[in-house]
This record gives sequence, structure tokens and C-alpha cells, in this order.
Amino acid sequence: MRNRLGFALQLAVTLLVAAFLVVPVAMSMLAGVTANFFVGVSSGLTLRWVGEVWRLYAATIGLSMTIALACVAATLALGVPAAYVLARRPGRVSRAIEEVLTLPLAIPGLALALALIITWGGFRDFRTGWGFVLVGHVLYTLPFMVRAVLAVLSATAMRDLEEGAASLGAGFWTRLATVVIPNARGGIVAGALMVLTLSVGEFNLTWMLHTPHTKTLPVGLADSYASMRLEIASAYTLLFFIMIVPLLVAMQAMSRTRRTAGPVEELPPCRPLPSN
Amino acid sequence: MSSTPIQLSRCGKTFADGTRALAPLDLEIAAGETVVLLGPSGCGKTTLLRLIAGLESPDPGGTVRFDGEDVTALPIERRAVGMVFQSYALFPNMSVRDNVAYGLKVRRLPKGEIAARTEEMLEMMAIAPLAGRRVHQLSGGQRQRVALARAIAVRPRVLLLDEPLAALDAVLRDRLRVEIDALLRRLAITAVYVTHDQAEAMMLGDRIVVMSGGRIEQAGTAREIYRAPATPFVAGFVGTVSRVADLAGGEALLRPEDIEICAVAEGRIAATVETAHFLGGRCQVTLSGPDGGRLIAEAPPDAAPPVGARVGLRWRDAAVIRIPLMEAAQ
Repeated sequence: MRNRLGFALQLAVTLLVAAFLVVPVAMSMLAGVTANFFVGVSSGLTLRWVGEVWRLYAATIGLSMTIALACVAATLALGVPAAYVLARRPGRVSRAIEEVLTLPLAIPGLALALALIITWGGFRDFRTGWGFVLVGHVLYTLPFMVRAVLAVLSATAMRDLEEGAASLGAGFWTRLATVVIPNARGGIVAGALMVLTLSVGEFNLTWMLHTPHTKTLPVGLADSYASMRLEIASAYTLLFFIMIVPLLVAMQAMSRTRRTAGPVEELPPCRPLPSN
Repeated sequence: MSSTPIQLSRCGKTFADGTRALAPLDLEIAAGETVVLLGPSGCGKTTLLRLIAGLESPDPGGTVRFDGEDVTALPIERRAVGMVFQSYALFPNMSVRDNVAYGLKVRRLPKGEIAARTEEMLEMMAIAPLAGRRVHQLSGGQRQRVALARAIAVRPRVLLLDEPLAALDAVLRDRLRVEIDALLRRLAITAVYVTHDQAEAMMLGDRIVVMSGGRIEQAGTAREIYRAPATPFVAGFVGTVSRVADLAGGEALLRPEDIEICAVAEGRIAATVETAHFLGGRCQVTLSGPDGGRLIAEAPPDAAPPVGARVGLRWRDAAVIRIPLMEAAQ
């Protein structure tokens, strides 16, 4: 009897906490498809606001995706080789480099952005293009990629595997393509999804770095919250969710399907080697 | 399969941090011969194997030759060696079949030949039923066989084995040792085998190279090394020895099986039994000698003297192992 009561209480608390987190999100998403939020759902459901957002902000969504994909490409190109070198040559220098790579996480995005503007502000074309925002995103997301790949490389006996491949005649590039990358794939994919998600949602840095022509989705969101009617801002949020949730689900799935050891059977009785 | 002799000349190895793993040494390995590098950990045996493999390069001045051809500058992937690693280094992203076929694919052999040779290897090593499995679904002994199959599938000039049985339990180790021995004899391939296990070395090696402190202490057949050790280190590392009164200077050593326990009056020396352990086929008896030195003798399994008994010890003169003082002092 007491156990039941305890369970009921725990369930209630859990549901309350979940509701506390989920209800505002659901409300906001609902607002995005409500004809008039102040009248309520009774005013009818509509996709008008979504259409309006698309008309006003389609460019920011496109740019966000472009920057996010470019950011993934850049962090793959920079981060995977960096992680490989760090894993292959562990030592004090590697540790120091790893720490420096992680530094952008500790510095507030705004400060990082300011530093970038002070350094590159003079290069007008660079400063005003979306490449400038991209640089900020790469700086911010690179440590996540390096960490994710490094973790997998360190967990696998990569040096042994590479020596094994070399002993069978594989040169550096063959080893990389057939042994190193396939065995680091889990970390590389996890890192790429993480970078994609972070880049799509990045606001701090981007808010400082953007120009009117290089507005990303989160900056557009802030803009719409400040200057549009509530339904448009909510519809915009709805679109953001539609973009980001599949990425989050994929990330979740990735971390769950980490390879686990399968069943190991007993060694079958040894047969003598055939003699011919 | 081809047989390739190996010649090492003045091969030393000093690591970047200044550690000298190997003093410059010479070693000739005949075509088709199985040489076992035996020694305690840190003796340089693995470094020597990695020099032969091409995973390390010797200090300037050292050369490695395969069949007269200087391969010192070639990395491992161009030396056509087969190697079995202590960790096996099997590729977890591939099936057993793909692991075995890897070296053949890298060499870009025709598809049909790759398939045929892979199946042949799987059959030969009795792992065909496991061909579709992933490495993590194999037991230690199965991995061992896959590693061997993968290494010999490419028909290497030389087969190198780095403590291939060290990760297995004792029963499995005994079984696989016999298998490896049969395999090496059948392939008649030049093989270098690293181990710290003297029983493994004595069973597998046509010749055993005993190493210590980055140097070769002695190279010879199991019989030579056991019966005529060149240094006290070799005498102590391969088998057990007891020191008896030195007659003509230098060391006079006896193997346990050469010391016979008898009545005090019949013995050359008298000793007191300290311990007697039943080991199945025999008893190992520890005694303290006249000068307090410890002696190890063997007794028949059911005739061990009681602890504390005074007994005599005798031996044939021919059984005494003498190590000249000069070498003993080294």
C-alpha cells in the first residue's frame, strides 16, 4: 500500500517536471498555427503564419543550413586529422594542444566574436560575407569534433591496427581509408551531428558577427521575437524545431548504438591441421 | 612458400628519449629456420623483432638483409613479412573472412584468386565456420587462429610472431603451441618468434636466442642452451640450476634432475631437506647445502624424503655444467 503511494507520488512529480518543460514548448508550437493566439485555438488553426515566416525568413534558414554544412565540412577536414595526430603522439605537447583547442568553450561567445571583429574587421569583404560567421562557428565547434574523434581513436588500439594493416602491405592512405576511418566512424558521425546541431542553434557568436545580409536562423528568431507578432515568432520556432529535432534524435540514436561485445562462444575442439 | 634467410648486422636501437633498447648485434637466421627470441620483459626481444619487421629502424650503421637484399630502409608494408601481434590487431570493422583477405586485397590480386586463397586459409586454420563473424564475436583462441591465417595468407617471405600466446590461458596455450609448431614445420617458412616462456621456446625453436639487457646472451638449440649455458644468466633463465662447490674455479652448476638424493654416507655432500613439493610425475625438493646454499633436486613422486631429514647428494661428473669464470664475471 505504501509502495503504491510512493510510486504514485514519484510518477506525479515526474509528470509535473516533464509538463513544466514540455508545456511551454507545446504552447509555443501551437501558437504558431493558431489564427489568433489572443482569442485562442477557437479562432481556428492555420498555416498562414508558417507561410509568412517562409516569405520573411527563408533566406536565414537557407543560410543557417549552408553555414552548418560548411562548418561540418571544415571541422571534419581540420578536426579528424588533428585528433589522429593527437592520438598517435600522446605526450605533453599533445595535451597542451588539446587544451588550447578546448579554450573557445570556456570563453563567452560574445568575447570570441569581439576578438574576431577586432582582428578581421579591417578586411571588409571577409567581414561582410557569411564566411566570417562560418569562422566563428568553426572555432566554437572544432573542440567538439576533436573530442568526439579522439575519444574513439584512444579507445581503439589504433596503433596496433595500423601496424597490423601495414604488415599486410597497406600504405598510409590505404590504412587510413580501410582501417583508421572505418574504426573511428562512430566518433566521426557523432562529432558531425553535434557540430551540425550546435552550428544551427548558435546565437551568441552569430549575433555579434552577423550583418543584415548574413542573418542565420537563431538571429532571425531574435529579430522576429523583437519585432513581429507573436504568431509569426511562434511559427518560426516551430520551423526551427522541425529542423533541429531530427538531428537531436539521430544524435541520441548514435550514442545508443555504440558497439557492444557480442556473445563469445567456446573454442571448438581443435582439429589437427590437414596434412596436405 | 618461399624461404628467406635473414641477416642482421650491427643492429642496435636507441630510442628518442635516449633509452638503449638494443646494443649493436649480429644475427643470422637460416632459410626456413624457426628462431625464438627468449628473455625477460625489457630484454630487447620485441625491439629486435620490430627491427626485422620494419616497424623500427636500427641506429645508423645497422643493416637488415632478407636473402642478401638490404631492406633496412623499407617500411614494413614493403618487406613482405607476415606478422602476428600479441593483441592480434584484427580489424573490428571487418568479418573474419575480410580480415584474412585483407593482405590479398591490398596487393590487388585477381578477385577469384583472393577468394580461393582466403577459403584455403580458412579451411587450413579450421575457422571456416566463423568466416562471417565479427572479431568481437570470437574467443581468444579463435582470434589467434584468424591472426595466423591473415598473416600467412599473403605468403610472406618471413613470419614474425610477437608473443602470440601470451594473452591466452594455460590450457589453450599448450594446445595452440602444438598447432603453431605443426604449422611452422609444414610451411617451412623462416620464422622469428618472441616469447618469455621457456617451454614455448624449447618446443618451437630450431634455435633459441636468449637475450638480456639488450644483448644476445647465447644462441643455440634448446639442448645446447639447456646443457651448456654460456652465461650464468642463461643457466638461470632456462631451467633451474643449483650451484655446487666450485672445483677448478668458475661456476659449477647442476640441473635438478642430475642431483640424486641418497644416504648421507653415499653422498658427495650432505644436505638438509627444506621443502618437498609433489608435482605429479616427480617431486621437487629444496635442500640447504653444507655452506648454506640452496640446492634444488628431484625425487621420484612417491619417494620424497621428509622435511628436515639429513640426506646425501650425489651426481655424475659429466652432468656438471661449467661456466668459465671470465664469462661468469661479465
